[in-house]
Amino acid sequence: MVNISINNQVISVPENTTILEASKMYGINIPTLCYLKEINEIAACRICLVEIKGYERLFPACNTKVLEGMDIQTETRKVRNARRMNLQFILANHDTQCNTCVRNSNCELQNLSAQLNITTQPFKPELTKKKWDDTLPLIRDDSKCIRCMRCIGVCDYVQQMKVWDVLGSGARAKVGVCGSTPLNESDCTYCGQCITHCPVGALSARNDMDRFFDDVENPEIITVVQIAPAVRAAWQEDLHDDSLGGNIKKLASALRKLGVDYVFDTDFTADLTIMEEGSELIERLTHPDQYAWPMYTSCCPGWVRFTKSQAPDMLDNLSTAKSPQQMFGAVIKTYFANAKQIDPKKIRSISIMPCVSKKDECTLPKFGSEERGQDVDYVLTTREIDRIIKAASINLGQLEPEEFDSPMAESTGAGVIFGMQGGVMEAALRSAYYLVTKEKPPVDAFSEVRTKENAWTEAEFDIAGIKLKVAIASGLGNARRLVNAIRKKEVVYDFVEIMACPGGCVGGGGQPISGGKELADVRGKRLNALDQNAEIRFSHENPDVLKLYEDFLGAPLSHKSHELLHTNHHQ
Amino acid sequence: MKRYAISRNNESRAIIDRIYSDLVRRVISNPSDICQVAVASNFLKQSRSQSCGKCTPCRIGLIKLEKKIDRILDGEGGEALIEELKNIATNIKISADCAIGIASADMVLRGIGVFYDDYLSHANGNGCTSKRITVPCISRCPAGVQIPHYITLLKHKRYDEAVRLIRQDNPLVSVCGLICEHPCEDRCRRNMIDDSINIRGLKRFITEHAFNEIREENAPATGKKIAIIGGGPSGLTCAYYLAVMGHDVTIIERLEHLGGMLRYGIPKYRLPREVLDSEIEFILGSGIHVIYNTSLGIDTTLDELKEEYDCIYLSIGAHGSKTIGIEGEELNGVYSAVELLREIGDEHMPNFTGKKVAVIGGGNVAMDVARTSLRLGADGVTIVYRRRRQDMTAQAIEIESTIAEGGELLTLHSPIRAAGDENGNVTGLVIRKQIASALDQTGKPRVHAIEAAEEQTLGVDIIISAIGQSVEEKHEAIYDNNYDHESGFVVSGGDYVSGPATVILAVAAAKQAAHVIDKELGFAHAIPREIVIPDPVPDDLIACARVDMVERKPSQIISNFTEIEVGMCEEEAMQEASRCLRCDKNGFGELKGGLIW
Repeated sequence: MVNISINNQVISVPENTTILEASKMYGINIPTLCYLKEINEIAACRICLVEIKGYERLFPACNTKVLEGMDIQTETRKVRNARRMNLQFILANHDTQCNTCVRNSNCELQNLSAQLNITTQPFKPELTKKKWDDTLPLIRDDSKCIRCMRCIGVCDYVQQMKVWDVLGSGARAKVGVCGSTPLNESDCTYCGQCITHCPVGALSARNDMDRFFDDVENPEIITVVQIAPAVRAAWQEDLHDDSLGGNIKKLASALRKLGVDYVFDTDFTADLTIMEEGSELIERLTHPDQYAWPMYTSCCPGWVRFTKSQAPDMLDNLSTAKSPQQMFGAVIKTYFANAKQIDPKKIRSISIMPCVSKKDECTLPKFGSEERGQDVDYVLTTREIDRIIKAASINLGQLEPEEFDSPMAESTGAGVIFGMQGGVMEAALRSAYYLVTKEKPPVDAFSEVRTKENAWTEAEFDIAGIKLKVAIASGLGNARRLVNAIRKKEVVYDFVEIMACPGGCVGGGGQPISGGKELADVRGKRLNALDQNAEIRFSHENPDVLKLYEDFLGAPLSHKSHELLHTNHHQ
Repeated sequence: MKRYAISRNNESRAIIDRIYSDLVRRVISNPSDICQVAVASNFLKQSRSQSCGKCTPCRIGLIKLEKKIDRILDGEGGEALIEELKNIATNIKISADCAIGIASADMVLRGIGVFYDDYLSHANGNGCTSKRITVPCISRCPAGVQIPHYITLLKHKRYDEAVRLIRQDNPLVSVCGLICEHPCEDRCRRNMIDDSINIRGLKRFITEHAFNEIREENAPATGKKIAIIGGGPSGLTCAYYLAVMGHDVTIIERLEHLGGMLRYGIPKYRLPREVLDSEIEFILGSGIHVIYNTSLGIDTTLDELKEEYDCIYLSIGAHGSKTIGIEGEELNGVYSAVELLREIGDEHMPNFTGKKVAVIGGGNVAMDVARTSLRLGADGVTIVYRRRRQDMTAQAIEIESTIAEGGELLTLHSPIRAAGDENGNVTGLVIRKQIASALDQTGKPRVHAIEAAEEQTLGVDIIISAIGQSVEEKHEAIYDNNYDHESGFVVSGGDYVSGPATVILAVAAAKQAAHVIDKELGFAHAIPREIVIPDPVPDDLIACARVDMVERKPSQIISNFTEIEVGMCEEEAMQEASRCLRCDKNGFGELKGGLIW
């Protein structure tokens, strides 16, 4: 332990603690801007400066370790003046047209300016510009970038994709794509973690809200919306109403209020995914020589993009099942269109996702056809649907929860947990057990796959004599570690679930932003509760899924299923 | 009456002088990979502050030039703007009145010539082609030794770990602590405050205080056999890393001792034999076999070796001496530096008592043979060099110490011929005064004889030429990707490839070669880096003198081969280590985990 004094309070903290952490332990607040614990402790912004007795210079609290006897002052005139001026420097290089910014009222720079009582700006603004292709799912606005380099930290250390880098030096230092290549030619997976960790509006997801507003008012167009599992765990955050947490049926009624014709729950195709992917796993286990091992899940487009650029040797390991979003899109434009006698070309299939990469996935030419167009026309993030609800002045308090539309109204607890790390695996195991043994397992028999271990979680199960070794990882850095271990044969698994975002879709790049706070765990607990309280908790018991097979698809892995629900990852 | 006025304001003049010297050191600490377009823009700003403003090209042209460069830096203009830039600069150069305008424009022109690709990349909006701002010492060290890290370990008195950390990148730790030319110090960021860190001195201190270094564990045996031909710095380094990687390594040495130029090129007053021997012993301790007195081309051939070994590393150095090419070279008493240093390397000490010696050359080797001659009893040594003292390639400290020991410099004189008597013995060196004139591109002057200068004779008994070494004999082709691995393959490095160079360059090449060989043999070994480096501590960066090492008094050491330099004591080492700015953690180094270079 090290004895120090902060603001004349004598305290004792473990060795190697930073001044910032030590202060936090004792309830002393030090403002920060570029800091992200363990991800970005580079002391670039110089906002967290403190005074240390005996030194003329000020030192950053975020990466200065305490030493025995250190006498620290965090709130002196000298410190405050320095913080203020450094913030004014930053503001002089930042486009402060807050009113028209996507992060207005949810901006760390705005909050900090208020907190540090900035009411004047002695420095003339000088903004930089950098060309950007605004059709990409991920948008970067250089005039708003404050060079905090958090995006670099997240991409380097958490996701290990190293897409972002500092380009140029001195006053011309900018953040840009490593090697100055266009983003869509880089290895970017569009996971969007840089967006959710950006303190300002420099990084954002492409705005597709206008398309939505146009479509719901166009009488020629039938709007069909699907809502992903993880959206319900977080959509209330930007609406500042905790009571909405998990209440997806209120979102369904809000969407109808907005003019959407049909509202579905992607949980339905999560169940369908389990039927297809679970059956595929059993098929692979039955003919092990014909397949590459282990089988990887394929529901996360960030992970699929990762595989294409980082592990092309493992494309055959990916399950051929489409993601739930794309399955739903295909079902909407075929089965549903047919049932309702609607020309699929008149349908606008829209999904609400916690994800940025889905904006890219839905545009892949293979996910559509000449006759029906793209299966999913466009994707709105959780953040966008919240903005739409606010912009349309919808009073959620007055809305009654509403059911989803038939014939795909039912969903299960297994579908809900797709939105969190380990959920796909658990849902798959619950049903695989049934598919093999024709018996129902105890519902929580596989819940250990959702506990988080180190870089990845592993578990082993015996299903009627079939030994199944599984692993689960979330975050692309962890995915890389797991893939490398599998390649080097340090570990051997049969079935592996990977989600690109830490914690799974609940921590997705399209979710509401909370000043760099990691909320995946809190949101995951919400999904957990929904699963616990669900009437049906097995995908194979979803009556509407079973009806879909009966009326339309036949059976899992049937010819029709292959045509609509599976894909070739080499395309 | 200004001419007769006395300037009284000495205080402000002293401050101005200090600011100028700060400015000079600031420029010195420019990393070599800094953006040269930005440098040009900044130099122009500095030039403008010198312009009096009388003449049009300088007053208006220089700022136009600067603005255009800034536009290029902003990613605008393309090739056309660079052409415009050249036009403007050329006009200033040919139409300005004085050096302020002319030299500024010329500097820009030369820059565009050399760094055209950088200019073009900027002008096309593709940013800098140069790398980012790096940790200066690490990026300047050819072997990439993690200098701030070992300095920090020293500060914490973790000497054993410090020496282990260095050896992970450079196995010749003690040797380099004594004789490395320390390019790491050249651009040290501490120059911005006072002076560069004495990195070599700190390394020396570490090696003198580490008594329980933990040896790297060899990787499991690979079963691959590798022959290293030549046991000099490059051969020893390659052998060490390959042995640690688990390969079976044998050094084949022509002479009776290992060390190559470390033993046969560097006198022991700079590199004491016990230090060299114990370093070699440590390296061999990794399980390396040695075959002595075996010469390539005489006792064995590459083809023979290829049959026995999976790979051969050829590191036979550059032990041939260049001839001066003057009349009388064959006389008794004319030696090459290589010959002399090899003799004393084997402890065969010729007797120069009462002899007058002339050394030809201006490099470190010239200083070494001059000082060696003094120790062998010579009655006066004159170093004859055709350029000026500042053009000598020898390090300044070496020149200074040679003079302190009684060596005399005769610069701007070129040897014409050796004079001899009827018995074929040298009696003198005939020389002629030179003039240094136009500078070449690197800033070195060309010289030629002064027309009116007459020949003079320097009365000497011994002439030693120290004008460089060369590779004695070229063998089979160097490493080639298409090599047929079935029958073994040859990789080469060190002086043999580069020509005479420094120890640290040999180490760097050999380390790379070891990794190439390992990879070609189908492995990817890497030494695990487990030493945790403490973080920097708060520091006000107050200007402080650099600790220089002292040399023993010439009178104490001139008659023997005692080591000249005295290492730092603990107080000195601690103060010097505290000056390190930790560029690995402060500044850009922090961004990528503190390990950028």
